[in-house]
Amino acid sequence: MMDYSKLISKTLMETKPSGIRKFFGLVSKMQDVTALTVGQPDFVTPWHVREAAIESLESGKTYYTSNSGLRELRDAISAYMKRRFDLEYDAHSEIFVTVGGSEAIDVAMRAVINPGDEVIVPMPSFVCYEPMARMAGANVVTINTKAENSFKLTPDELRAAITPRTKLLVLPYPNNPTGAILKKEELEALAAVLRDTNILVLSDEIYAELTYGNKHVSIASVEGMWERTIVASGFSKAYAMTGWRLGYLCAPAPLLSEMLKLHQYAIMCAPTVSQFAAIEAMNNGDDDIARMCAEYNRRRIFIHEGLESIGIPSFMPEGAFYIYPDISGYGLSSEEFCEKLLYEEKCAIVPGTAFGDCGEGFARISYAYSVKHITEALEKMERFVKKLKK
Amino acid sequence: MEKLLKIMEEDATLSAKEIAAMLSKEEGDVKKMIAELEADGVILGKRTVIDWDKTDREYVTALIEVKVMPQRDDGFDKIADKISKYSEVKGLFLMSGGFDFTVMLEGKTMKEVAYFVARKLATIESVTATATHFVLKTYKNEGVIYAKPEKDVRETLIL
Repeated sequence: MMDYSKLISKTLMETKPSGIRKFFGLVSKMQDVTALTVGQPDFVTPWHVREAAIESLESGKTYYTSNSGLRELRDAISAYMKRRFDLEYDAHSEIFVTVGGSEAIDVAMRAVINPGDEVIVPMPSFVCYEPMARMAGANVVTINTKAENSFKLTPDELRAAITPRTKLLVLPYPNNPTGAILKKEELEALAAVLRDTNILVLSDEIYAELTYGNKHVSIASVEGMWERTIVASGFSKAYAMTGWRLGYLCAPAPLLSEMLKLHQYAIMCAPTVSQFAAIEAMNNGDDDIARMCAEYNRRRIFIHEGLESIGIPSFMPEGAFYIYPDISGYGLSSEEFCEKLLYEEKCAIVPGTAFGDCGEGFARISYAYSVKHITEALEKMERFVKKLKK
Repeated sequence: MEKLLKIMEEDATLSAKEIAAMLSKEEGDVKKMIAELEADGVILGKRTVIDWDKTDREYVTALIEVKVMPQRDDGFDKIADKISKYSEVKGLFLMSGGFDFTVMLEGKTMKEVAYFVARKLATIESVTATATHFVLKTYKNEGVIYAKPEKDVRETLIL
């Protein structure tokens, strides 16, 4: 008999599968569930973008691209970063195209982490940072952001987490699952803590286009930060292109050229058909972004108000498409609350604990659904909490 | 203003509050803007888009090209006024090109439409010719694609 557990990498064996897995196992066994769990847009990729992909296939553009990605796409990304966020990146040496934002994050981490380095991760946040950093050999230092600070990382919290071994700060804003964003002055305050250190920042800006009220500001645009920041982003959320698996990394050339080696050996290049679609998205997709963003904003206000009115208080999200209500007032753990809601009302939301222990008392609700669907879910939740109150 | 109208054109069921959210404006301001647009006759009404083919209702739609002899002083307007008074006429447009008006007509049967054209439209003084085209199937109308609503097929990615 093979003892596979002895053959698998030790670090990997110690890595738990995503905390949402158990919960989704339950959901998938049930029928007619009104789910607010999905972390991807309900829009279809705009037609002109799909058409560009079809056209590339029709004309036989089925080859590899260069490791960095099509030059035309890198030019488009460079122009986009300037146009939308006032960031300067050279299309030749400071940008490359990845397989989704996830590869960008993975590559960035593996490129800079040495065994024993510390990586600071604000929590709650997207579930991949911690395992990826650990697999690259890092010790992960988490910071639990607080509801009273609108789930923003504060300079004091950051300062307290820094040690001589700190290599990298992950900055996950606009944030999944809380919907928190960091404004310019808040980024400047964090920058003041980082500026005289050797700490790098990995800024995950995948939700940059989905902010409401305040335009997204990248920490790379704050004085003295460009040279220590790696920006990871992608097309999934801004253009409703999740299935195309396309993202990009922007960083100073000496960092980027090293990251490119990892990408070159592991991936070679991102899918060509997706790259052609992405060129069209970046060059002619600003209106699509505005249209989808306006619709998310409408739902955001709708769901926030709906939750408040049924007695589930929540922080008003300022970015992404999630709301992160406080469900601690019902005498149940997050997991119990979500399981009971699922079994009794067939309504699925994600327990906050899926995003780290500090998610206890919270749940993540996605509003990447039609208002009609959200209304249905709110009715179910209302019945559920009324029963709990009795 | 244009943005507001575009949003309302797409979905008439939105409340002023929802529209305000989409435009990053105050609810009160949106209400005021809508009231003004209604008073100015820019917003003329709100309708529901219905795929009648999915119902038992018997109906037929025709697009009729109409050539007319414009009248002295009034040009086309007086004729247009007359044509648009018929309740069967759902739309009326003055066109450039080979003919003058497009009339969108709705009737219960093809016969009914034919009668209308022969007895009412063609007999209007200054109408010199008509050509009737019946609609066989509607694929898209009012910006809405007439297909089954798409099911949410997003698979749950475990992340």
